This record gives sequence, structure tokens and C-alpha cells, in this order.
Amino acid sequence: MTAPALQTTRRCPYAPPDEHTRIRDTESGISQVTLPSGQVAWALGRLEHIRAVLTDPRFSSDRQHPNFPRLTREQPTSDLMRPSIIQLDPPEHGPARKAVVGEFTVRRMAALRPRVQQIVDDHIDTMLAGPRPADLVRALSLPVPSLVICEQLGVPYHDHEFFQSRSSALLSRAVTAEERRQAATELRDYLKNLILEKAADPADDLLGRQLAQGNDPEDVLSLAFLLLIAGHETTANMISLGVVTLLERPEELTALRDDPTRTPLAIEELLRVYTIAEFANSRVAVEDVEIGGVTIRAGDPVLALSNAANHDPSAFDDPEEIKLDRGARNHVAFGFGIHQCLGQNLARMELQIVFDTLFRRIPTLRLATPADRLPYKDDAFIYGIHEVPVTWEDPA
Amino acid sequence: MTRIVADLDRCVGSGQCVLTDPDAFDQSDEDGTVVLLQDAPADDEAWKRARIAVEICPSRALSLTE
Repeated sequence: MTAPALQTTRRCPYAPPDEHTRIRDTESGISQVTLPSGQVAWALGRLEHIRAVLTDPRFSSDRQHPNFPRLTREQPTSDLMRPSIIQLDPPEHGPARKAVVGEFTVRRMAALRPRVQQIVDDHIDTMLAGPRPADLVRALSLPVPSLVICEQLGVPYHDHEFFQSRSSALLSRAVTAEERRQAATELRDYLKNLILEKAADPADDLLGRQLAQGNDPEDVLSLAFLLLIAGHETTANMISLGVVTLLERPEELTALRDDPTRTPLAIEELLRVYTIAEFANSRVAVEDVEIGGVTIRAGDPVLALSNAANHDPSAFDDPEEIKLDRGARNHVAFGFGIHQCLGQNLARMELQIVFDTLFRRIPTLRLATPADRLPYKDDAFIYGIHEVPVTWEDPA
Repeated sequence: MTRIVADLDRCVGSGQCVLTDPDAFDQSDEDGTVVLLQDAPADDEAWKRARIAVEICPSRALSLTE
């Protein structure tokens, strides 16, 4: 019997694909699916199982392993560079992560707030001075996180069109294998040059400090590639989805505007319901492991259905409902285990400043296209919205 | 007496504990790993936060021990 193809289209923007829900709600919560690569993988739909797999060293993150799950037909582009931290297993992973995670502590992120606030205010000023309707994605969602990660890494923002288009191609299902490989190669070469320049003339930015610590430029390149891609598309998509969700819920939006201390919990709920990086948690078993009564054999590919897990009724009451004051922080929107998102507290801080500032400064903001007619990214590996036309009234 | 215990070898510096209770947890500026500010929470509310921190720690670096 052949396993059914992995379904990737959502029932609605904030509900997992039906097939994922069905797998989660089977007796074991685990089922085999055929990936676009032709590989047959174990798909896991329950939060408990996903947390178990992602914290178990018998599951490897090694993308070079021939059985590592692939969501594209072609061979991965991981041969273009050394493995980055997300591809390392213990014992190599710990020291590599600890060499950079100090750049992303809660305290460091708090210290960045004034600069992020200024960036957000500048972009809102520009949007307000421009024509209506404006595309929120181009005006705010994309440029804010992109500029922030560029300043942090020390990548010149004036090249943003170059690396935004390449990283968008890397995350798209709608491009050919050749186009994806070319985008990865161009982005790698761009960053390689930049790192060579920095090695000759070290600057006080994340990449410069990595080099100054004595890290190998080839490893710094892999890190730069990872952080540049992860740093702007993801947060950009959460900004767009979050703004649309809040605009659709005027009463709750008013409550947030009146009491911004509620915003952090609202963000956790938005992260949970949208789970934009739902296919980012794949592993390959390196030993036989029993999960939920199913024996996963050494060498079997494993895919965490994170979106289904974040709607798991055994972990969340009324999981399909968006409750901005739910207060649940046990979701896996940033993954789980040793590879949990390095930039999660940067993302939280950016989302908080964007939501609080945007709705305070433009109280009349509204969608210029109904939410159900927006172009959602059913064609990308990271969920989001391509374009969000918004408009507003002149200040009284 | 029950105490919070942190395993620095397991810790990956996600900062989830700091978000949960900044009075009990901090992070090293050097490598992002957890710094325990209080290993015996003062009241029920603080214990509740400690249990959440243990539950959501992605690398299972935190535990409660007798």
C-alpha cells in the first residue's frame, strides 16, 4: 500500500490541513505519508509526540543523511555550504549554539527596543505620507524585520531587494529546482564576499563579532545564511497575519490598545494558531524508537505536523478558536528541543512593537480588501500573505 | 525541600524561562545559558511560574527536585 501524499494546503488560514488533523486524531496519532521527494515519512500530529521526538537524541537533524525528509523533489542545497547550527546534532550542536545565542538573549533584545521602535515609526511615517490604499507587506511587514536583522548581522540594507528576492525564492514551492539552487548560490556568494570584507576589517556587528571570536569564516557564512533567511520572512509573515487578525476583531483590538500589557499573550496565541513554519521540524531516526505504540526504525524519516499539534485538543481547549488571552505558551510554533528558534525573542519583541505602535498611531486602520480575499501563501514553505492592502482616515 | 535545578550543559539559551519569571531566571551575557536567581520560589504563584518554566523549557534543562 502506498502512503498518501503529504497535504500542504490549509483548510483556512488558521486551521491545519484536514489531512494533518485526521492523522493527529487517529488512534496512534502517527501515520505514513509520501513526501514530494518520494520518501515515505512518519507524520506526527500530537503535541506530546512532537515534543518527545524533538527532545530525543535518537532523532537527528543531519540534512546530509540520505533519508532526511525533503519537501522538494530535488536534492537539497545543503552541499553549497557547511552545515549550520540547525543541522548539527550533539555534541557538536551545543558549543556552536552557545557561540551565538548570547546575541539573542532576552536582555539583548530589550536593549534593541529603542532602535526597533524608531524603525517602526519611520516606516509608519512613510506609509502615512504615501498613497492609500497601501500594501502593508511592502510598507511595514517586510522592511521592518529585514532592516532589523541587517543591522544586527551587519549586512548592508541597501542590498535588501537582492536578498529578499533570493530568500523568497528559497522558501517558495512555486519555483523550479534550478531557480532555487541559483537563488541559494547567489545568496551564498554575496554573503561570502561580505564575510571576506569583514574578516579584513572587523565591524562591531554579529558577523564581525563571530569572526573576532575566532570562528571559521566558512561556519560564519552558514550562520549568516541561516539568520538572514530566518530573520525576515518569518517575522514579516507573522506581522501581516497578526494585523489582519486583529483588524477583524475590533473589540479585542480595542482591549489591546487600551492595555498593551496584553500584547505578549496575544502574540503567543497568534504564533500558535498560525504556526507559519509548520514543516520546519523534520528529523531522521538513528535508532529504533517507539512513539505512541508505533516503532520508528533507524533510518526512517520523521515529519512533525506542528500546526496540527498546535491545534491538539488534548493540549489546548477549543483549539480552533483564537483566544487572544489564552495564555498558553506550550505551543511548538518556534519548534522544540535544542533547535528551538534562536531568534524567537527578537521576533516577539518586533511583533510587540509593531502591533502596539501601528494600532496606536493609526486607530482608523482597516483592510481595503476583505480578509477572505487576501492572497494567502499556500505556495510557500513558510505561511503568510503576499499582499495586504490597508487604508485609513485622515486624522481629525 | 523542593528546589529548581538547572542543567547548564543541556541549556540552549532559548530564554523561555526568563519570559516566564524574570525574578527567578536570567541569562548569561556570555553564552545565553540560564542563571538561577532563585532556586526556591517564595510563594504559590512563583511555584506556578516555575512549573511552567520547567514544562516549556525546550531542552529540558530545568527540573524540580527534592
